[in-house]
Amino acid sequence: MKPRPAAGRRLANLVVSSLATGSALLGMLILAWIVWVVVSRGLGAFNLAFFTQLPTPPGMEGGGLANAIVGTLVMTLLATLVAVPLGLMAGVYLAEFAQGSRLADNTRFSANVLIGMPSIIIGIFAYALVVVPLGRFSGYAGIVALAIIMLPIAARTTEDMLRLVPNTLREAALALGAPRWRITLSIVFRAAKAGLITGILLAVARVSGETAPLLFTALNSPYMMTSLGQPTPNLTVTIFNYAMSPYPDWQQKAWGASLLITGGVLALTLFTRHTLRERKT
Amino acid sequence: MKSLSATLTIPIMAADRGQAAAVETLTASQGDLKITTRQLHFFYGEQQALFDNNLEIARNRVTAIIGPSGCGKSTHIRVYNRIYELYGDQRASGEVLLDGNNILSPGYDLMELRRKVGMIFQKPTPFPMSIFDNVAYGLKMHYRLSRGELADRVEEALSRAAIWDEVKDHLRQPGTAISGGQQQRLCIARALAVAPEILLMDEPTSAIDPIATARIEELINTLKATYTIVIVTHNMQQAARVSDYTAFFYQGHIVEFGPTQRIFTAPTNKQTEDYITGRFG
Repeated sequence: MKPRPAAGRRLANLVVSSLATGSALLGMLILAWIVWVVVSRGLGAFNLAFFTQLPTPPGMEGGGLANAIVGTLVMTLLATLVAVPLGLMAGVYLAEFAQGSRLADNTRFSANVLIGMPSIIIGIFAYALVVVPLGRFSGYAGIVALAIIMLPIAARTTEDMLRLVPNTLREAALALGAPRWRITLSIVFRAAKAGLITGILLAVARVSGETAPLLFTALNSPYMMTSLGQPTPNLTVTIFNYAMSPYPDWQQKAWGASLLITGGVLALTLFTRHTLRERKT
Repeated sequence: MKSLSATLTIPIMAADRGQAAAVETLTASQGDLKITTRQLHFFYGEQQALFDNNLEIARNRVTAIIGPSGCGKSTHIRVYNRIYELYGDQRASGEVLLDGNNILSPGYDLMELRRKVGMIFQKPTPFPMSIFDNVAYGLKMHYRLSRGELADRVEEALSRAAIWDEVKDHLRQPGTAISGGQQQRLCIARALAVAPEILLMDEPTSAIDPIATARIEELINTLKATYTIVIVTHNMQQAARVSDYTAFFYQGHIVEFGPTQRIFTAPTNKQTEDYITGRFG
């Protein structure tokens, strides 16, 4: 048998490895590009007024997006408070108590479908569910939409993180006489802490950048919010409106808002990676 | 020891599947038997793993269970604290009498069973909490103790497990921060803290180094004055060193059971002989 020439093998290796490396670099390059564009165009919008003042009427210079920043923070926070406990408990059920039941299979399947659902559909759903009966756009409707998006993510991440906890730990606690609920709360949660925090923060990061579900629900408003029963200002819909406006000042504010969200999501992601790493050592 | 072996009789019990099983029964008075297993069958779903196990565990003695991988050694002792019930598809039938009461009967208090029957696992399983809290975990669950009493009981348990001197100055450190051998003794302390009567050890030294192993074997020797010990081991020298009685398992059957010295010097069964002389397994 004649050995195959080494040159051919080396060439094939070179081609495949450079294609793979090139694709990986491309992904990184695109992220770097986006960050560069957002930073270079958005940084100019940042000043004290941007963070502290209300928007000016169309065409007028100055003002800021304080109302949208507050609105986004409040809605994201409340959606998190609604969705995370529910998702956490659903995840506990799936990982700890279901034991392969049909209900668990169906729940998991629904959650997976819901995670893949385009967010605009969830926006329309919240519109029909909350906006139509109440007769107006409101922060509540926005919170409902965001919470629906977070719920399946929180549930599935919780399940995955709890499943990473080795069964030997559960058995050890069980062998000491601990009941299941106690093992879950005192041992499994503690062992999975870093993973659970990561999952929650990633879910927060995900919804903080959602626009479509807010478009039909919270809508937007140029005023500081006084109650969640009214249209509620937020950064993403503001970006949508301002970016399409003909006023250069608004366009620049849209870039500024984009930078704020990008920076926030990036900071959250880096923070979660940091907490995870800290746990491992 | 002498008086107990003097009362041994050696009836040959007819086992199913045509295997001639030589199972001695300890006909010592009931008071000297801690656990009596009768006609124990065990199933993983559809698959049967234990067949008609009959075994008697002597009080304040060390009983070793040996046999090739997958023969049902661990499965057998996991019935003694019903820990298999963590998994929905596993079930046992037959009788396991602990001090004359059938622990497999549905009315048996599981929490009390697991307080009485401690378990040590192959891999050390420190909980993700401090050394002190690891030992206090079971104590707080089973007893109402003042802080002072709790500290005393923790110290006592750590002393009994021969690890107090090594950890007394850093009880607040995480239980995962000490060496594997120390972790295993910490787990023994955790099990001893709730004042059990029986210790089940499932290959307790297979994941730790020879010196740590020697310390644990020493510990087993001192512990048997107070506790009844059942140890599953892959290491036949270990079985010979630490145990008073030995049961040889093969394919879910108890092939031979008797005083350790006799099993290792004059096995009556061909399979036992082949296994202990290293011809298979």
